[in-house]
Amino acid sequence: MKTLDKKVILSSCQNPMTPIPFIIKNIYKDTHNIFTLETSLANHSNLSFLPGQFNMLYVFGAGEIPISISGNPQEKQSFTHTTRIVGAVTKALSKLKKGDMIGIRGPFGTYWPLNDAYGKDLVIVAGGIGLAPVRPIIYHILSERKKYGKISLLYGTRTPEDILYKDELKEWSPRINVFTTVDIADSKWKGDVGIVTKLISKVSFRPGNTVSMICGPEIMMRFTIQDLLNREMNEKNIFISMERNMKCAIGFCGHCQFGPEFICKNGPVMCYEKIKNIFGIREI
Amino acid sequence: METLEPILKEHLFFKTLDSKYIKLITGCAQNARFKEGEFIFKEGQSADKFYLIREGKIALQIPCPARGAITIQTVSNNEVLGFSWLFPPYKWSFDAKVVEDVRVLEIDGKCLRKKCEGDHDLGYELQKRFAQMILERLQATRLQLLDLYETP
Repeated sequence: MKTLDKKVILSSCQNPMTPIPFIIKNIYKDTHNIFTLETSLANHSNLSFLPGQFNMLYVFGAGEIPISISGNPQEKQSFTHTTRIVGAVTKALSKLKKGDMIGIRGPFGTYWPLNDAYGKDLVIVAGGIGLAPVRPIIYHILSERKKYGKISLLYGTRTPEDILYKDELKEWSPRINVFTTVDIADSKWKGDVGIVTKLISKVSFRPGNTVSMICGPEIMMRFTIQDLLNREMNEKNIFISMERNMKCAIGFCGHCQFGPEFICKNGPVMCYEKIKNIFGIREI
Repeated sequence: METLEPILKEHLFFKTLDSKYIKLITGCAQNARFKEGEFIFKEGQSADKFYLIREGKIALQIPCPARGAITIQTVSNNEVLGFSWLFPPYKWSFDAKVVEDVRVLEIDGKCLRKKCEGDHDLGYELQKRFAQMILERLQATRLQLLDLYETP
């Protein structure tokens, strides 16, 4: 049985705090404020990661930020990151060109439980740029499609212009059920309009034999979880990707502390059952 | 003769409704089809009906000067279109435009209002169902207003 490779590279000289120089191979403009970078090592060494993990990207002279890996886990020659321009570092990142160099640390963190989901239905819910960290799930599933039951990808975003990976969503849809909805649309848009949770009622799955993986704004994840629980899904089968202010990425600095957990080390992918008592508490 | 009763009973909105009420509502129901691009109703028109969607997709829109029609929400299979028939002044607040060809059960709101006045238990059952639907749509609209996916 083919399983996910659990070996991940850490960093040069085994020091996880030292960024490794990577060269930008390709840049894709996804939307007006989202872009994807494909990077590789100068010596073309093999790389690996598990779907759900993140890297720390260091833009020289600007700073370092955590970004989830959005590429194909079977692609061993490069890392792919999809980023939205929101601050100084992402702005600097967006200005880099093919051939430029950045520093990368990691991959870090936990991963989606794809091996545990063999034989089960999957309900994957993504909101906005939250589609990026779940794209590796789709790549993995499509490479082992027969090992899973019904697969539904529910994707909600702001407007039709903000839809990520448009061509891929079309490519995936014969093999998995893809539902897309937007919050705001004009009359040219022929798809759904409304919040992503509304799509849950459109999909059929076996609540006792289904795993759900959710990534998006925290409010969206809260309401999605509630709707899945209303459909009698078990808390232990719901997984979410959490986001906090990750700095060291190895559980030392405490910037990303979430109750008793560190998101960089015990997350970003977390089982809802384990964090339900602190999830949604405003002060945490 | 085959009636619309089994179809009505199977629709998610009425699935657990007592069969005596299904019979009553069937008396106010008829099948209807609308083609893509057609308007089922327009803002300001009398709201005398509601629709149980069996297939297809409808956009609730509001025309906006210089911006064209803005879609607020879409409704599709197993959902209900229209609740203004239940509350005075019985006027539609939005346009309902067909996005994908639809098959619906069209329920005569005037006929059903009379039946509800005559049988308050039926009225209460309907009010509960519509209140639940309105609550869900209100919550969904509130979340939409948060513009969650906008740059923080």
